[in-house]
Order: sequence, then structure tokens, then C-alpha cells
Amino acid sequence: MMTSLLEVKDLCLDYGAVRALNHVSLKVEENEIVAVLGANGAGKTSLLKAISGLVRPSEGSIHFKGDDLSRIQACSLASRGIAHVPEGRRVFSTLSVRENLLLGKYGVRNSREKADLDSLEERVYALFPILKDRRRQLAGTLSGGEQQMLAIGRALVSSPSLLLLDEPSLGLAPIIVQEIFGLIKKIHEEEKVAILLVEQNARKALKAASRAYILELGKMVVSGSSADLAQDPRVRAAYLGTKACRDRNGIPT
Amino acid sequence: MFFDKGRKVSTFIEQLVNGLTVGSFYALVALGYSMVYGVMKLINFAHGDLFALGAYLGYSLLTGATGKITASMGLWGGMAFTAFLVALSVALAGVLVERIAYRPVYPSGRLSLVVSALGMAIFIQNAVMAIWGSRPRAFPASVVPSLRFSLFGIPVTLLQVTILGISFALMLAIWLIVEKSSFGAAVRAAALDRETATLLGIDVRKVIFFVFALGPGLGGVAGLMNGLYYRAISFNMGWNYGLKAFTATILGGIGNIPGAMLGGLILGVVESLLAGYVSGAWKDVFVFILLIAILIFRPRGLLGEKTAEKV
Ligand SMILES: Nc1ncnc2c1ncn2[C@@H]1O[C@H](COP(=O)(O)OP(=O)(O)OP(=O)(O)O)[C@@H](O)[C@H]1O
Ligand SMILES: [Mg+2]
Repeated sequence: MMTSLLEVKDLCLDYGAVRALNHVSLKVEENEIVAVLGANGAGKTSLLKAISGLVRPSEGSIHFKGDDLSRIQACSLASRGIAHVPEGRRVFSTLSVRENLLLGKYGVRNSREKADLDSLEERVYALFPILKDRRRQLAGTLSGGEQQMLAIGRALVSSPSLLLLDEPSLGLAPIIVQEIFGLIKKIHEEEKVAILLVEQNARKALKAASRAYILELGKMVVSGSSADLAQDPRVRAAYLGTKACRDRNGIPT
Repeated sequence: MFFDKGRKVSTFIEQLVNGLTVGSFYALVALGYSMVYGVMKLINFAHGDLFALGAYLGYSLLTGATGKITASMGLWGGMAFTAFLVALSVALAGVLVERIAYRPVYPSGRLSLVVSALGMAIFIQNAVMAIWGSRPRAFPASVVPSLRFSLFGIPVTLLQVTILGISFALMLAIWLIVEKSSFGAAVRAAALDRETATLLGIDVRKVIFFVFALGPGLGGVAGLMNGLYYRAISFNMGWNYGLKAFTATILGGIGNIPGAMLGGLILGVVESLLAGYVSGAWKDVFVFILLIAILIFRPRGLLGEKTAEKV
């Protein structure tokens, strides 16, 4: 049997008395884009934080490249190939753009790999030319969209095999959202990286991903191929239906 | 009232050099407050007393039997050895303070931390008193020969030049590490956002270890130099110096490394000029009025930036 790149099994997570994740299972294969959709408070961020070790699950297991992650420290996951772009971008506002970017490869110790990563820095600049122009500027002075690009670029310079993206479209204007999703596709094609994409923008996420899961109040309620989910009546009603009238920039399905 | 002009100028310059010397002690101690605050958002109240510990360890190394050993290494060898041992021991004490007094109470919140920090300050001060006694101690006279000479026309003593040289070298080194190295960037990142720093592979525990070793290490060396400069040391000296250095930290902008250095130097110079021209008795009052004024009118200090955060 082939092992998946990422395999989450029966994961439960509690914050004190609050159960944020309730027996959640999910898989991400190499080179795949998988979306997790869900409303506010569904547990999307908690799921990503559990994968990258920021919070410890109370039950269940997480395997990455076949290794059990439960005993591994959060700060050593970057060197194992997991890069997490947190919700709200979280660039280091009083560090320069370039310092932010270079911190992306901080976790990678091996010097030969480090040399390879130098070329990655150039690739990131090629993907996001604006970051090259702004590299001396403080990251806090970038626009929201540019900060999102920086946060993604910072994750990419570690040459990850799995990229966790937490609501990359959050708080951005529709045209910027369009651009960010275009870049996500491009990254996926050029960098050969698997992406676990958490989103509330279901329409965009389903277009980008090959498979998707829907999380409701900490439970995985639906999963399947993006095409199937886009047709699923429950999904259409809850995640695509009403939005279709409101979102003028959304492409109708 | 009728001083001749030349005398006036030279008094001024003497006060200035004296102020810079004292200011460099403040600056080195302020660096410790600032680094720890930056990463932990904690005012390490024990820091002033770690400075005093440095002074006393230096005293012990330079007197008695150990004094013979350090003296046998020659002036500069002995000084370097003493400074190294003091820095190392006080750094170790700083790390222990974090382990024993702070780490267990992180989950209990800020107030517990502050109380724990105050308790640690009292503990160290009393430990120093228990070990070395409550009467002031005197550093041996002229460890550094009391040479007076003129440097670019400015009258200085060899001790002042030594202290300023060491202080500025240390400050330059810290500035280079924190602002220019990749580890320094990691420290600044962890100070801003631990969670995100962790995601990038930064081991925040190492960063915490670093600030709690380096800050007190620098403070200890400042304590040693302070003892050499004033000769008299007392077990409760950490309180006064701690508050002054803390004022310097706030003046420069807490959490800001160049700010701590600048704040310390400015405070030392202003204080020394006040003592020279107004009244020595009022200089401490002035320092605390200054502290209150900064807190009211410019709490982010001289170099502290308004945080440019976008949500
Ligand atoms: N640190 C915490 N302490 C206590 N409860 C928490 C904590 N973090 C999250 N929760 C709770 O866990 C649940 C899931 O939160 P989570 O942030 O994972 O949701 P989300 O799907 O990412 O939401 P959003 O779309 O708003 O970002 C919520 O009920 C939230 O209140
Ligand atoms: Mg979230």
C-alpha cells in the first residue's frame, strides 16, 4: 500500500472544554491540492495548527511521509518539508521584506540544501516580482495582498513538500484574491508542492483543488472530488448558493 | 561666578566623559532589560541584582587568593579572565532565574510573572548579602593603573578609556548579532510573533535561552566595570542601577536594541551634567521624573517604533 504524503486519522482537539476537532480524518497525496472548506469557527485553523504541531491533539494521529508527527517538535517540521502560511499572513512587520523571506529557510540546517535554497529565493522573486522591488522595505508597510505574497514566499523558500495555506484570500479585494489564486496554481505547477488549502471562499477553492473536505463544527461532513462537491446540493446551498448572488466577481458554476 | 572660560570647558568635558562612562553601564544593563522584554514581554526585575552579582563576583575574583591568580596573568590577561568568568557566571545565573522563577509560571499569566520577578530580585539581593555581607565592599585600588592622559585633547583616565572601549565593543557586537545576523533576525521574529517564528523552524526555547544568558552576561560585566570605576559596591546597588537602566530602556524604547544603548548613554550624560552643574542630590529625583514623563508623553521612547500592524 502506498503511503500518503499526509494522513490525518481520527483527530480530536480540545481547548479546555471546547472540542474544536472531532474525529477528523483527511489525506493529501504528493503534488495534490486539497481544499478544506468551512464557516467561521468550524475548526479549519485548528486543523492546520494540529498538523504543524502548534497545538497537541487529544486523540488520533498525524503521519507525514509515513512518520508519526506526534512526538516531533513544531519547530523542526519546517526542515521536514511542511510549510504553514498562517491565517492573517503574520509577516514580521518591523523586519524588512528580505529578512522575512530569508527566515523562511531558517529551519533548514543542512548547508548543501541551504545553497539550493538560495536559488529558491530567486525563484520566489520571480513568482512575486513586487517582493524583489520592496525587499528593503519593512514588511509592515506592504499592502495586504503584498503581505500575503510575502507570507507565501516565506513559506516557499524552505522548499516544502507540503504547503498549508490558511485562508489566503482573507480580507483581500476580489481582484487581489483572483491574483493570489492564480499564483497558488502557478506555485503548484512550478514547485511540485502539495497544497492543503483552507478557505471560506468555496468557489475559488473548489476551482483550485482536485479534492475537498467540508468541516462543520469540528466534524468532516462531506468529502469528495471538487467537481462532485460543486454539484452537491447541500454544498451548493450552504457554501456556494447564496454567495453566487452576492459575489459579483465570482465565476458562476 | 567668574571662572575663566578654559576651566569651564574642561569641567564640562570631564563631566561628559564621566557621564558616558556611567552611561555605558546603564546601556549594558538596559540591553538586558530590553532583550528580555522584547522576547518575553516581561520586565526582569531581577536584572539589576544580577548586575550587583556581577560586581561582587568581580570583587571576589580580584581580591584575596583569587586576586593573586588574576594578578599573575598581568593587567589585561587578568582583566579579560575576570570579565569572562563574571559574564559566564552571571549568564548562567540569568538562565537559572528563567528556569526556576519564570518558566513554571508562564501559564499563570503576566501578574504571576511580575510577582515572581520581584521575588527573584529580593532573593538574589539577599543571597548577595548572605554571601558577602551587608557592609559595602571595596574593590582593590588601581587594578587598572590610575593613569591620566589626554586623548585628542580630552583629559581621560586609563580606566575610563578601558571601560568605554569594552562597552562600545560589546554594544557593537550585540548590535551586529541582533540586527545583522540570521540568528538575530530569528530573535527579532520570535519577539514579534512566537507562533509564526516556530512555524518557520525557529526554536523559541533557544531564543529565550539566548536573551536570558546574554542580557545578564552583559549586566554582569557592567557590574564588574562599575566596581572598578567607583570601587565601593553594596549588596543593594542593583536596585538603584536597575531602576536607572530601566529608565534608560524606556527612554530608548523598550525592546529596541539601539534604543537601549542610546537611552543609557543619554541618561548617563544628562545625569552627570546635572550632578556637576545643579546638584548631585537631585540627579536621582530627576531620573525618576524623567521616567514618569516618558511614560506619560512618549511611552514608546526615542527609537521605539509605532507598530505597523496590518490585520
Ligand atoms: N486558543 C483557543 N482557545 C480556546 N478555544 C479556541 C482556541 N482557538 C480556537 N478555539 C475555538 O475552536 C473552534 C475552532 O476555531 P478555529 O479557529 O479552528 O476555526 P476556523 O474554522 O479557523 O474559523 P475562522 O474561519 O473564523 O478562522 C472555535 O469554536 C474557537 O472558538
Ligand atoms: Mg481560521
